[in-house]
Amino acid sequence: MKFLDEYRDTDAAQKLADAIRRITTRPWVIMEVCGGQTHTIVKYGIDEILPRQIELVHGPGCPVCVTSLEMIDRAHAIASKPGVIFTSFGDMLRVPGSRGDLLQLKSHGADVRIVYSPLDAVNLAAANPDKQVVFFAIGFETTAPPNAMAVWLAKKRNLKNFSVLVSHVLVPPSMTAILQSKGNRVQGFLGPGHVCTVMGCGEYGPIAEHYKVPIVITGFEPVDMLEGVYMTVRQLEAGEAKVENQYARAVRPDGNEHSRKLIEEVFEICDRKWRGVGLIPKSGFKLRYEYRDHDAERLFEVEGIETEESTVCISGQVLRGLKKPHDCPAFGTSCTPASPLGATMVSSEGACAAYYAYGRHLESRKGSHAPAVSPELVQLEVKHRDPITAGSHS
Amino acid sequence: MCLGIPGKVIKTFREHEVLMGKVDFSGIVKQVCLEHVPNVQPGQYVLVHVGFALSQIDENEAKLVFQFLDQMNQLDEIQPVDGPA
Repeated sequence: MKFLDEYRDTDAAQKLADAIRRITTRPWVIMEVCGGQTHTIVKYGIDEILPRQIELVHGPGCPVCVTSLEMIDRAHAIASKPGVIFTSFGDMLRVPGSRGDLLQLKSHGADVRIVYSPLDAVNLAAANPDKQVVFFAIGFETTAPPNAMAVWLAKKRNLKNFSVLVSHVLVPPSMTAILQSKGNRVQGFLGPGHVCTVMGCGEYGPIAEHYKVPIVITGFEPVDMLEGVYMTVRQLEAGEAKVENQYARAVRPDGNEHSRKLIEEVFEICDRKWRGVGLIPKSGFKLRYEYRDHDAERLFEVEGIETEESTVCISGQVLRGLKKPHDCPAFGTSCTPASPLGATMVSSEGACAAYYAYGRHLESRKGSHAPAVSPELVQLEVKHRDPITAGSHS
Repeated sequence: MCLGIPGKVIKTFREHEVLMGKVDFSGIVKQVCLEHVPNVQPGQYVLVHVGFALSQIDENEAKLVFQFLDQMNQLDEIQPVDGPA
């Protein structure tokens, strides 16, 4: 086990930035998939210490952001019903639907509650047998095991008043959709480290091979990300396209077998509509037939959903890596975290929220690609390690 | 919710035949499902996503990841929310 302070090392960051500069001979576009990685990039100015030829674009890896408007409107409709306790992760409450957000619904008297875990919602159902408790089960592969466990447990405990509104999305099909989309510019990916702690790395090999793109499973600390960029550029410059694991200290090739088994037991693959992106085949989970008694979509028939998106917000293009948040005329003016027009400004994992939080609305890319390490990186504790020569990758 | 938060397992127990535990996140104690890290013992560290431990991690790694998440303001998940009652 290597210690994390070695990955938060300013010297190591500068060495990696220099190494990336040395091996880069032409322009490359690299996408980070995970919203947590986007925050690291923006907060620590990772994009600004890279050579000018390297462009980092932000991917769709914010589950709150990509939950479809139809699904959010369906959540509103269910939460409005009498006798329902609607439960959710906190981020979802402020995501704008066609007619307001869940927090506004709560202020108008609906019983909407934030829970820490889907398992808390199961206990809520047990404690309130006269109510229908619905949990908004969103997320990527990292939240699939807890959500699957909640459903499995509710069935085992015979809690017929517990159901889930499932809007699960999967990372690999979204990468495929981006690679297949018109105008795609992405030539390499930093893969999502924590998603791979669940699912392992196996799903990414066929993508790398078929689309001839390097995919480097990467952590979310600044030096992890620089090392991920270095490994990706190294492949791009050599004309290689394979899966590498920068985050080997946390990601095992096969992921967590217990979690994968439970996901397989409770969920099956389905087509899923992504907000701002559209329908992506086989890109989500839905409940298996055996768990239909806990399927809120089946239990609460909601008719006549007519969605209405903001005409100004460009979050769809941001989620596909086609635009940056500050390309939006509303960014930082009519759209702020206090008054968001789109989900990417709401979620703590959204690209617009990251740009706003770290002051990118106040400045364009002034001084971008400057060789100096950002002040945030300089503040980090300095430890010694040469990441270029450390042989830790699988 | 995509970033796991490290915590120290204080005790383990079974509830409805599922392995559960009390986990200390630097002073905030939460009930966490440990079913998918079946070999974990009190005193060891786990990486927790929304009340569910997905992997065991080293103590030093745990402490440093926690500090990093704190610095990134990514610890909202473990703050008190509406109770289950």
